[in-house]
Amino acid sequence: MNLKLKALLKSPWVFHVATGSCNNCDIEIIDCLTPRYDIERFGMVLAGSIRHADILLCTGIVTKQCAPRLKRAYEQAPKPVIVVAIGACACSQGIFKDSYTATVPMDQVVPVDVYIPGCPPKPEAIIAGVTKVIEKIRKSS
Amino acid sequence: MKNLLYFLIFPGFLFTAICGLVASWVDRKLTARLQWRVGPPWYQPFIDILKLLGKETIVPKGASKLTFLSAPLVSLASVTLVSTIVWMVDLNPSKSFVGDIIVVIYLLTIPSIGLMIGGFASRNPLASLGASREMKLILSYELPFLLAIIVPIIKTSGAIRIGELLTYQLGNGLIVKNLSGMIAFFVVIFVLQAKLSLAPFDIPEAETELMSGPIVEYSGAPLAIIKLTKAMMLFTLPIFLIVMFLGGISTDGINIVWGISKYIGLLALVSIIKNTNPRLRVDQALKFFWGPLTVLAIIAVVLACMGL
Repeated sequence: MNLKLKALLKSPWVFHVATGSCNNCDIEIIDCLTPRYDIERFGMVLAGSIRHADILLCTGIVTKQCAPRLKRAYEQAPKPVIVVAIGACACSQGIFKDSYTATVPMDQVVPVDVYIPGCPPKPEAIIAGVTKVIEKIRKSS
Repeated sequence: MKNLLYFLIFPGFLFTAICGLVASWVDRKLTARLQWRVGPPWYQPFIDILKLLGKETIVPKGASKLTFLSAPLVSLASVTLVSTIVWMVDLNPSKSFVGDIIVVIYLLTIPSIGLMIGGFASRNPLASLGASREMKLILSYELPFLLAIIVPIIKTSGAIRIGELLTYQLGNGLIVKNLSGMIAFFVVIFVLQAKLSLAPFDIPEAETELMSGPIVEYSGAPLAIIKLTKAMMLFTLPIFLIVMFLGGISTDGINIVWGISKYIGLLALVSIIKNTNPRLRVDQALKFFWGPLTVLAIIAVVLACMGL
């Protein structure tokens, strides 16, 4: 494995994209930063700008308003970038599948690397999911 | 050739970069411990820089490419130069030249100006807003900073050489032991906070409202340079103040431990102020710097003129 990828996996800065979620998953993401879970142990920092991001944490059903914006946010992020779909809505549109604002599942808009189901998923589940995708990339290269 | 070596390796770039990154880790770890967290491992800042160097560099559409990419380099070069001058004089006071205090004061402003130019060049409204706030912040803190820096110069009867200041403090005791020096040092600690743009003066970067201020559009290698510049500032600026007020860091024998503990103490103070204060608005910061702090600095100058 080359040095570039090794460094990326040791210091993934996360960026939070909410595409019409009910705010529950967003609060669980913020929980990961609290003293109890402290993701800074793994070098993860919540980045303010999409240009600094290595991991996009996406929540919510992709609404009509958000679909083009999600695509644009993905294009604005410097590559390589990992996309994580958090919550039942992001994975499979959940209970809002037949809503008049729902468009297509998230993985048809952007390439999703890991799905974390749950409504909302526990912070442990989010951390486990992110570390799993890091393991997967480490093994595959 | 030898001067280039000084600039690039020992007191210059490499040394300052390593020390600065370790200092930024100390800051992050202390922040984490104050918030009852575990915090990152010690090599985290090094890995961050390495990772950013490997990422894609994006120049936004419509931005001025040359200015956008060269602004971080200007900041990096000037902070390296400051560190080289201060360390060369600290290690060997006879190497000081006339007016090096003035040179250092000028060069210390350039990293902020480089950030500002980069922000304006990036054609992003948030970056422009951050850059304009940075400009207002520079205008506010430079006045008390210069007044406070005059105090040691008056105490040494007009020495504008860092070397002379060091030899004076070796013979007559530290500047900070006088009443005027104490007040000036108190003023300078707040200016330090603003120059490093840490809370309560992290107004230009205001993460919650401006994302990251002037650096919002930077990615990849330029962002790595900006992060490195910030880390180097965190190392260089306290060292400059230690040289001015606390008698420098002497390197002979056991004294080096005392010197390093001076720096660590100042760094811990900066970190604790950062973690226990909320962010001010830019007008409040201006009022604070031009009001109470300038008055205090003027009192210090008057006391120094009276010989206290």
